[in-house]
Amino acid sequence: MPKLTIDGKEIEVADGLTVLQACELAGAEVPRFCYHERLSVAGNCRMCLVEMERAPKPIASCAMPAGEGMVIKTDSDVVKKARKGVMEFLLINHPLDCPICDQGGECDLQDQAMAFGLDHGRYKETKRAATEKYMGPLIKTIMTRCIQCTRCVRFSTEIAGIEEMGLLNRGGHVEITTLEKAVNTELSGNLVDVCPVGALTSKPYAFNARPWELKKVNSVDVMDAVGSNIRVDVRGREVLRILPRIHEDVNEEWISDKTRYITDGLSKQRLDRPYVRVDGKLKAATWDEAFSAIKEKLSPLKGNEIAAITGNLNDAESMLALKDFMGNLGSSNIDCRQDGAKLDSSNRSAYLFNTSIAGIEDADAVLLVGTNPRWEAALINARLRKRFLEGGFKVGMIGEAVDLTYEYEYLGAGPDTLKEVASGKNSFAKVLKEAKKPMIIVGMGALTRKDGAAVLTQAKTIADKFGLVQDDWNGFNILHTAASRVAALDLGFVPGEGGLDVDGILEGAEKGKVKAVYLLGADEIDTSKLKSAFVIYQGHHGDAGASAADVILPGAAYTEKNGTYVNTEGRVQLGRLAVFPPGEAREDWTILRALSEQIGEALPYDNIGQLRQRLIEVNPVFAAIDQVNSNVWGDFAKTAGDLSSDPFKVAIENFYMTDPISRSSETMSACTEQFVLGKEQGVTGTNG
Amino acid sequence: MKDSGLRGRGGAGFPAGIKWSFMPKEDSSRPSYLVVNADESEPGSCKDREIMRNDPHTLIEGCLIAGFAMGAHTAYIYIRGEYYLESTRLEAAVEQARADGLLGDDACGSGWAFDVHVHRGAGAYICGEETALLESLEGKKGQPRLKPPFPAACGLYGCPTTVTNVETVAVAPTILRRGADWWKQFGRENNTGTKIFSISGHVNKPCNVEEAMSIPLRELIEKHAGGVRGGWDNLLAIIPGGSSVPMLPKHVCDTMTMDFDALREAGSGLGTAAVIVMDKSTDVVEAICRLSHFYQHESCGQCTPCREGTGWMFRLMQRMVRGEADVEEIDMLWDVTKQVEGHTICALGDAAAWPVQGLIRNFRPELERRINEYKQSRQAAE
Repeated sequence: MPKLTIDGKEIEVADGLTVLQACELAGAEVPRFCYHERLSVAGNCRMCLVEMERAPKPIASCAMPAGEGMVIKTDSDVVKKARKGVMEFLLINHPLDCPICDQGGECDLQDQAMAFGLDHGRYKETKRAATEKYMGPLIKTIMTRCIQCTRCVRFSTEIAGIEEMGLLNRGGHVEITTLEKAVNTELSGNLVDVCPVGALTSKPYAFNARPWELKKVNSVDVMDAVGSNIRVDVRGREVLRILPRIHEDVNEEWISDKTRYITDGLSKQRLDRPYVRVDGKLKAATWDEAFSAIKEKLSPLKGNEIAAITGNLNDAESMLALKDFMGNLGSSNIDCRQDGAKLDSSNRSAYLFNTSIAGIEDADAVLLVGTNPRWEAALINARLRKRFLEGGFKVGMIGEAVDLTYEYEYLGAGPDTLKEVASGKNSFAKVLKEAKKPMIIVGMGALTRKDGAAVLTQAKTIADKFGLVQDDWNGFNILHTAASRVAALDLGFVPGEGGLDVDGILEGAEKGKVKAVYLLGADEIDTSKLKSAFVIYQGHHGDAGASAADVILPGAAYTEKNGTYVNTEGRVQLGRLAVFPPGEAREDWTILRALSEQIGEALPYDNIGQLRQRLIEVNPVFAAIDQVNSNVWGDFAKTAGDLSSDPFKVAIENFYMTDPISRSSETMSACTEQFVLGKEQGVTGTNG
Repeated sequence: MKDSGLRGRGGAGFPAGIKWSFMPKEDSSRPSYLVVNADESEPGSCKDREIMRNDPHTLIEGCLIAGFAMGAHTAYIYIRGEYYLESTRLEAAVEQARADGLLGDDACGSGWAFDVHVHRGAGAYICGEETALLESLEGKKGQPRLKPPFPAACGLYGCPTTVTNVETVAVAPTILRRGADWWKQFGRENNTGTKIFSISGHVNKPCNVEEAMSIPLRELIEKHAGGVRGGWDNLLAIIPGGSSVPMLPKHVCDTMTMDFDALREAGSGLGTAAVIVMDKSTDVVEAICRLSHFYQHESCGQCTPCREGTGWMFRLMQRMVRGEADVEEIDMLWDVTKQVEGHTICALGDAAAWPVQGLIRNFRPELERRINEYKQSRQAAE
């Protein structure tokens, strides 16, 4: 615990901090460009120079470890002069094109030039210019604005794990470049955030808005089951961009490209009014007409002739409302596992990412089963990579041999290898046994198979046998891909007694046993099997579910409603309404509430407060916002069944298109072309 | 070595014995490395070339001694890429030493395993900076590292490393053979021993010569280099220690003593002891402008003041050569050099700033004369 004097103020700081961090703790502001607390220290911008007693020249505070007895001055004339000098140097070759720069208003260079720079320029020579660089469909570059802080190079090599980005040439001619290649990582959007100037900006957002025009709403992402904390920036009724919010235990300060860039999908293919199918064609209708059509069809049906399936993006409130609604109709045919995952909802620890995302950093070995975390949960993969880079972390992989950005031991392709590990025959069993805090991560690719239950049993066996679950450690993890899944399981949105699961519902609908199916945002099912059933689709995008529907009830996307979500680690988080749903569309739970009044018994909640009380009644976990509780490790997955020997397939074939919103996004289809189909759009020169 | 008071011959003049003693005691988890800096790229300097070309065995002997002293089993000699002949000779000498058992698992029969590797650079001046040299040796882009940590704690491949100049290493065997007292009889206190001076420019016989430290500058030039072209009175200025140090005008040169401390007091430095002599026929502004061009070309581009400042200085200097400037801009140029100096990661920023500062300090009237002349010619034209 070194003690320093900063601007005459004595302060004791934790070991291992830098002078810059100590200055911040002491309340002294130190300007910086290249320093970023989550990246390695480069010390090259020289903006953070401070004066240290007994040092012959100013020191770079970001790179100097805080030491006992240091006397630091951050506001002396020497320091001010040094800052002015550096600021002037940074600006001499900067184009100063703030009026046409997308970073304007939220630019570090602008802000710091105001606070620490000179009031006029003295440079009369010609300015340097850099040729445009092509970095793919997401990143727009104007490299003349670059101040060579190398944050982007450090982000891409350290956090994202790609090596395409680098600094070329020497002296005044240095340039950041990817050599005309698109930045192929699902975290590339964060480059825009780390860039302190307008050199790297968001291509889809280019020239859309100024930051001061935007209303900022804190919310939660639903593109994967990580539950990244986001800030939704809106102007009028349009979501213009999505940015990360810091949450150390979830997404740190990064988000995936899908989270960030689906914004255009939110305004395309929208269902903005009810539709009813008349003579085989969907016709626009009023809410009353839609409700009457539903009432007419449902009234004569018995409970077990009706079924409900929920999709991947729903909030807990609407799912509970649907569950209660189905209960009132006397149906137990409800399921949230539209991909057919054989998840066991009897025990909470059986379907959670129990280690927690932050907990990965304590682990020392992990076995990945049938998963590609890079695509299924990009930020969990970033956490795994972070842990890997610290060293002493062994990774074993059963499934497809995908590129995870870090090294792993490839054990095998399918359940046979899993069985070998479980029986201790595989060498990785020894690794797990000897590890102090071992983990297993089971992906949806391993559980959505016919033998998913047996795979889960094997995983449980491994957890029990090799000490993955200890008093203060639970290394058993299910990696979900659907944002709504954990909340649905917490609410018991699974078949009741004698009820049918997804496969049963689809089969029943095909055979005519199930006569009506309520789809709450469920698009990832085989809708061709629903032809003979009466289908009600409630959702926000015209996707597979809507085209199979007989009645469409327009709902709200996640940015348009106040909703509760539970991420894969069981963390309850609140999403907030940023814009109102378009047209006639309504928040989802209110639709079910209104419908229930027409058919059968009205649901017993009139506002979201009452509905949230009901949530807590059904499962007390919903009372603990933003907490991860440890869950009792118990018996589950006892039904063994036979393992097939087919290899595991990853659950996501295309990272950029996994749900109705991303499928509607032009940006995401450009990414699909570029990164998934591999059509390199290589553009050079002044392509703008 | 400590007793001898030998100061590092690479330019900074840090006491060599003390530097070597910074190396930690040998520990089994990390090897220690000796890295010999033979990337002699300082304009005007060619002292190390002489050693490697004509007496490479001395350098290898020095490596053995220095390496053993600091507990290193491996030495790397990072040689300037342009020194092709020297590198082949050095490699041949290393082969000979290996064949004779002077290097290897049992070097010189001492039981100490020691080997020397020669690595050729690719022509960047910055790779002569010790940490950039280490980066380059590791196969990366030659950019200086932040200090601390210093190489003695965390150097090549993260292991304790001492980077030291060729001349420093090569002189070690002689000092040990003849003793510290013998060494100390040359020069004066704190500036002991002998030194190779590279004398170039407007002298009658440019040469490399090993002389005692603290020799008067005039004596050095007249005794070994055949004097200044056209006689001592034809002298304009001298850059006493390679391109990186400020120049000295004639009246200072008259009485200058060539050692670390005396030159520091005079506002210059001994550097690599590359004496660049300029007689009165020299366009001194153009000469410094050429040096500014060199530094803006060789700046690694990593840190802001050097990347931007060297270019700015060069462009300003180009205008100064033509006189196409305002008198106030001389002060601004001074200001720019001060904004670079002391604010950079490595010493290249200082090295770029000092020659310009030396010019302004000593030849400001010449700069003003050009500016006025240019103005008048413009007015006449109009």
